[in-house]
Amino acid sequence: MKTMKRDWLPLLLIPVLAVVALPLVGSPASWVTLTVAGLAMGLMIFVMASGLTLTFGLMDVLNFGHGAFIAVGAFVAASVMLALGSWMQADSLWLNLAAFLPAVLAAMAVSGALGLVFERVIVQPVYGQHLKQILVTTGGLIVAEQLLKLVWGPEQITLTRPTALRGAFLLGDIAIEKYRLLAVVIGLLVFAALALTLNRTRVGLLIRAGVENGEMVEALGYRIRRLFVGVFVAGSALAGLGGAMWGLYQETVTAAIGAQVIVLVFIVIIIGGLGSVGGCFVGALLVGLTANYVGFLAPKMALGSNILLMAIILLWRPQGLFPVAKR
Amino acid sequence: MPEPLLSLRGVRTDIGRYHILHGVDFDVAEGGLTMLLGRNGAGKTTTLRTIMGMWRAAAGEILFAGRDITRLATPDIARLGIAYVPESMAIFADLTVQENLILAARSGPPDARRLDWIFARFEALKRFWQLPAGHLSGGQKQMLAVARAIVEPRRLLLIDEPTKGLAPAIIANMIAAFRELKDGEATLLVVEQNFAFARQLGDSVAVMDDGKVAHTGAMADFAGDPALQQHLLGLGMGEHQ
Repeated sequence: MKTMKRDWLPLLLIPVLAVVALPLVGSPASWVTLTVAGLAMGLMIFVMASGLTLTFGLMDVLNFGHGAFIAVGAFVAASVMLALGSWMQADSLWLNLAAFLPAVLAAMAVSGALGLVFERVIVQPVYGQHLKQILVTTGGLIVAEQLLKLVWGPEQITLTRPTALRGAFLLGDIAIEKYRLLAVVIGLLVFAALALTLNRTRVGLLIRAGVENGEMVEALGYRIRRLFVGVFVAGSALAGLGGAMWGLYQETVTAAIGAQVIVLVFIVIIIGGLGSVGGCFVGALLVGLTANYVGFLAPKMALGSNILLMAIILLWRPQGLFPVAKR
Repeated sequence: MPEPLLSLRGVRTDIGRYHILHGVDFDVAEGGLTMLLGRNGAGKTTTLRTIMGMWRAAAGEILFAGRDITRLATPDIARLGIAYVPESMAIFADLTVQENLILAARSGPPDARRLDWIFARFEALKRFWQLPAGHLSGGQKQMLAVARAIVEPRRLLLIDEPTKGLAPAIIANMIAAFRELKDGEATLLVVEQNFAFARQLGDSVAVMDDGKVAHTGAMADFAGDPALQQHLLGLGMGEHQ
């Protein structure tokens, strides 16, 4: 039996980028700190972007309103954490977790529920109409931002990380922020769960097949729209989780948090190849690392560095790093 | 004369501004193999896609086992026991051969004896079991597309140009497989351009021309009437074998 041949080349970009950055950064301690920070940032973006890439792949839906789920997740988590402020500030890891976990779970639940409503009310009427999707979902994002201001007020919310997640682990000269390590762990867990679901379950097979050719999946007797709604809700919940993590990462939450980060999210899914979760993962790590290295080496270029990265990758692979075979 | 398993009555299909089918009428007898023939652009593929609900009939009715399926959604039509092999094959290129067949077997893991039967006819599928289907050759993809339709028993198989681009040895295996299916459990409606293949397999024939059925009857009669073939298909004598 022949076995599959994998395309490992795009995966090499991550270590290559890190190795190239080492002499430029100079100090190994700074390099390790920047690398962990880049991986953490990348994995948070991956958590936010993974659902969006799947919904695009499954139903060709361009959802510019995805930022609303990120923002709602950030606000809901902030509210829960502020309400449990004494546990957040306690010196007990367990009390910190008892505040943090309900906060992210609530963020996922509310963002997922919002995703269900968003799909029914805003996305479903414009299936197959890209221009209308862009207009309508962008409108949905604007409305959601205004609703957030109505509910939580126009001022930014300042968050303080739980006591156990403040500060850094020191290994000689190397400082690694505790919160960033947690972000890495959560991001890797989400990636592992998605990879297992997509590769080891029937639902995952259906999603992968649906991303390639939804019409043929229907001809085999499966209702792809139900599958799409499920993926949309799960993707929205993950966006909510990512929003909660991003809010705590920045230690402030504003109504524009979703709109700000959605640019990075789109860069990631375009780099990865629309519809590819593996590509989204690699793209997110590249974006996170590039932002941190360039931010350290040439802060004025930080803003444009990821757009430059996207342009270079698309010149190399116009369909993204892991293009999905479409019908 | 057995009862028709599938009947099309006055089926019209429009795609955008274009009227493709102009009132298609024909029956597919249960337990038989009906060949749907016609020149390029006659409406054969549109007819299969309309039966599957992939393009909605603007008028007319489609009856399957006496039930009106004209307005049913594609998954519901498939669940009645109708399998479809499109001309493009539409295999899932990023999934392995195994995963393609696992998905096609809706009721659970593919039956081992059924798989052995498929492997006996399409040996390459066993050899490339763990390979992404996108890495298969054109002929192997066609085998997989057909295998996907027959990995579980289905009442009706709609197959669009199964021999397109295939080597003669593979066509022979395909003929053997279709004969066994017909003799066993399934009814087949096959769109075909290869008349030599069609006349070997078909019990009956429906010939389409310009979005309508211009002729129906027994394949033996049609195969014995070169003038009719010339008129409906534009076939010369050299193309009959």
